[in-house]
Amino acid sequence: MTNLNSSMPAGSVPAGSVPAGSVPAVSVHGVSRVFAARKGPGVAALNDVSLTVAPGEFVSLIGPSGCGKSTLLRLIADLDTPTSGSVEVFGKPARQARIDQDYGIAFQQAGLLPWRTVAGNIELPLELHGVAKATRRRRAADLIALVGLADFASHYPDQLSGGMQQRVAIARSLAESPSLLLMDEPFGALDEMTRERMQNELVRICAETKAAVVFVTHSIPEAVFLSNRVVVLEARPGRIRSVVDVSLGEMSGRNEDLREDAGFFHSLSQVRDLLHGTEVDANAPRTNAIPTGARGVETR
Amino acid sequence: MRTTQAGLLQTVLAPIVFGVVVIMLWQGLVTGLAIKAFILPAPFAIGAEFAANLQNVANGMAVTGGNALIGLLTGALLGILFAIVAALTRLVDQMAAPVVAALSVVPIVALAPVLYTMFGAGAETARQLVAALAVFVPVYFNTLKGLRQVRPVHRDLMRAYSVSSWQATRVVTLPTALPFVFTGLRIASSLAVISALIAEYFGGPVGGLGKSITSAASSSNYGLAWAYVLGSIILGLLFYAAALIVEKLITRRP
Repeated sequence: MTNLNSSMPAGSVPAGSVPAGSVPAVSVHGVSRVFAARKGPGVAALNDVSLTVAPGEFVSLIGPSGCGKSTLLRLIADLDTPTSGSVEVFGKPARQARIDQDYGIAFQQAGLLPWRTVAGNIELPLELHGVAKATRRRRAADLIALVGLADFASHYPDQLSGGMQQRVAIARSLAESPSLLLMDEPFGALDEMTRERMQNELVRICAETKAAVVFVTHSIPEAVFLSNRVVVLEARPGRIRSVVDVSLGEMSGRNEDLREDAGFFHSLSQVRDLLHGTEVDANAPRTNAIPTGARGVETR
Repeated sequence: MRTTQAGLLQTVLAPIVFGVVVIMLWQGLVTGLAIKAFILPAPFAIGAEFAANLQNVANGMAVTGGNALIGLLTGALLGILFAIVAALTRLVDQMAAPVVAALSVVPIVALAPVLYTMFGAGAETARQLVAALAVFVPVYFNTLKGLRQVRPVHRDLMRAYSVSSWQATRVVTLPTALPFVFTGLRIASSLAVISALIAEYFGGPVGGLGKSITSAASSSNYGLAWAYVLGSIILGLLFYAAALIVEKLITRRP
């Protein structure tokens, strides 16, 4: 799979052309987002948030419901605009980065088009951006192999399990070899076993593609297992409480054994303490340290 | 394919058996109770009239069917186009909503006499217009509803891909709306035939099924009148089946 970045179509500028190291993948400066309320001052989903993500870095956003982690991701993706502050992606305003297709995105819902096959869904962004049919086919085949769905290329989404659909969505987000991946709880609706397997696959894919990732989750083990840094947010108003460096080594070195590692548990309790730390609200969201079972499907 | 063939056999065979039973009962009742022909002719008598006047019935079906088809195509095309425009611009939607609602409660065939005076009693235009208007309403409403079914995650995705609104319409909005459009078309297909036929009762040139039914009935030729009724049933079924086949062809998975 070393050809993942080489099979980009000629003519379109590969997103990875930004010199690594010089420009951050994402830089968020003093961003606030207030949702207007019918009466009253409105809801501050985010309040003065600043964050920088280096190229190739894996950063998780974690926090209770309503802390604005999804909002922050949507601002980076330019699916929403900040009330104040600036968001830059590879040194460009978020809007320009979206137009230039500098990122790939995956949501909690796979969001596949039910009338297209697995291959058709993965080809969708390439097709929309005018990539030649043969190139498209080849690229989709590579990605289908990457996410381990080689036998299902001509299946339709409703013939696949939730986990498989999510793998298709991830393959689709990788289709244009983005240097930045934005993932909004992509495994949120999966059972714990599928979830851990998907995390292992994501670690492998990230090691291969060298993409920076901003990953929204509310699972502490998931954040720690995947990330270089875990950004802990707090709610009302949404802001960054703390940033935890997870020193568990290179992406390529992470595997199942890491889940038993002492360093893993150390970071785990660090993040957990931060999440629960100054919580006084009796209704504080219960972020279980060790998830015990399948999570409920959020219906958003 | 075998399972669908078995299913097809079942869906075709069951109504045929039911139909045969009903016809036998009908025949038995009419002969058994000696019901007069002007009240209810026996099915075999209707069948005989139908066979004897096959050419006339077929001509009637062609005239009425032609009007219904022109009305269906025009009405459906306009319905879909207007729905797309209404879905794209809120203003048009708000302006059109009360008009279309009013249109849907007007008994559209009631317009036929007015339209005959507008377009002349010798032209089929009035009938085609009546059919088109009757078709427009369900197609418009269903298409508009379908165009509003785009899931938020798909809308986000299209924005993330920064595609033009036409691309988004083609790739996501129209395919999402398609099942709804076809629901509208299926309803409209039989409405077109009914409206075109009823419109003939109010005047216009002779030759269509509606005119033939009234003239046969008024000359006490009840068997023939019922033969034309049978012709209109067949015509309605043909339109419905055609709409269904087009739907299956377009929405099938390759």
